[in-house]
Amino acid sequence: MKWLSDDKLNHLRSVVSDPDFSATKYTFVKELGRGGMGVVCLAEDRELDRLVAIKVLNTPEDFGDRMIREAQIIARLEHPGIVPIHDVGKLPDGRIFYAMKYVRGNRLDEYAAQGASLRDRLRKFQAVCDAVAFAHAHGVIHRDLKPQNIMIGSFGEVLVLDWGVAKIRDDPRSSAFHQTMEGTVIGTQRYMSPEQARGEIDQLDERSDIYALGAVLYFLLNDLKVSKAAQAISAKATATTKESRYTTASELSADIGRLLDAEPVSAYRENAFERTSRWVGKNRFLVLLVLAYLLMRIFLIFTSRS
Amino acid sequence: MSKPLIGVILGAVLGAIDGLTAWFTPAVRNELFGIVIGSTIKGIIAGIAIGFFARKFHSLPIGILFGVIVGAILAWLVAFMQGGYYFEIILPGTLVGLIVGFATQKYGTPATAN
Repeated sequence: MKWLSDDKLNHLRSVVSDPDFSATKYTFVKELGRGGMGVVCLAEDRELDRLVAIKVLNTPEDFGDRMIREAQIIARLEHPGIVPIHDVGKLPDGRIFYAMKYVRGNRLDEYAAQGASLRDRLRKFQAVCDAVAFAHAHGVIHRDLKPQNIMIGSFGEVLVLDWGVAKIRDDPRSSAFHQTMEGTVIGTQRYMSPEQARGEIDQLDERSDIYALGAVLYFLLNDLKVSKAAQAISAKATATTKESRYTTASELSADIGRLLDAEPVSAYRENAFERTSRWVGKNRFLVLLVLAYLLMRIFLIFTSRS
Repeated sequence: MSKPLIGVILGAVLGAIDGLTAWFTPAVRNELFGIVIGSTIKGIIAGIAIGFFARKFHSLPIGILFGVIVGAILAWLVAFMQGGYYFEIILPGTLVGLIVGFATQKYGTPATAN
């Protein structure tokens, strides 16, 4: 009797589980990752001669049409910070797939682990907020924002991925879909708002995404020494009650912008000493010049006396 | 706040400080009031000139250089009229011009196009 080696066995297992793209214009290249909702593969688009990322969803047959419809809505989100969906369809085995732009780069958690500076992290985070604000303005709530769903491209561009569990606000068909899922917990626990953790699907709105953004910000700031203002922004975004959070992702982005410009932020009330320190820090060269001038005056006074 | 206004305020404040330090020179102490007024006016004139220059030309190095030149020239005139204390007047006057030149280039709202 011949025994198969572990390597050969694993190869056979992967071949069997690899999505069958034979009836599509795509050629499977390799698996990029696997999650609860499905598997993401690298594939070649034979018609356009380019690489794409394809997410194959492990959804029951009766959710397939709804997922395609939601993909159509998300495909209309044309924003530089949102990964575009190129195609959607069904595999021969009935599984739904999305084809989207293949982003060469690092996930946000990998980017932070490489030692990115505080300013760079905040700029990337601000770009994420702007993309999410755009989606919100078009009635789309992501519901699964986390560092692993944010890519930093090789040119520094920021892209939000994985809109597979997004909710379309005020869409009666989407509402019907989500009512069947009431009580179901959707998202990633660490970045989940309290209302999301309780499975209150109907209560989710833009502020649930803002909670997740605040958790992402906390993750980015966690291993750095940051100001009280930065901590306050994260704390406000992750407030337990929706009413205490930022109302929009644009507000959160604006506060990050003020933090980057050494301006006062809405989330934190400075005392006089902190305000002065911030002003001095922002204008340190001018302050040094004036101090140099005063020292020079003192020097001249002493030399004229002697 | 406009750049000329920043120049005026900073020039006046630093000019006044300049003049007040004359108190430490006993020989001119009884002329202190006139010295402070003159020094403040010198600072204001320098601030206006440097501020309007900053409104027209947006270059930090050139703005600083212009400020140094204006500060030095005005300070020299004052020292000449005083008939002495050239070093004690020109050096701080030049530094005031440098500071005002820097501040007017860095801060203040630029002129808007019509």
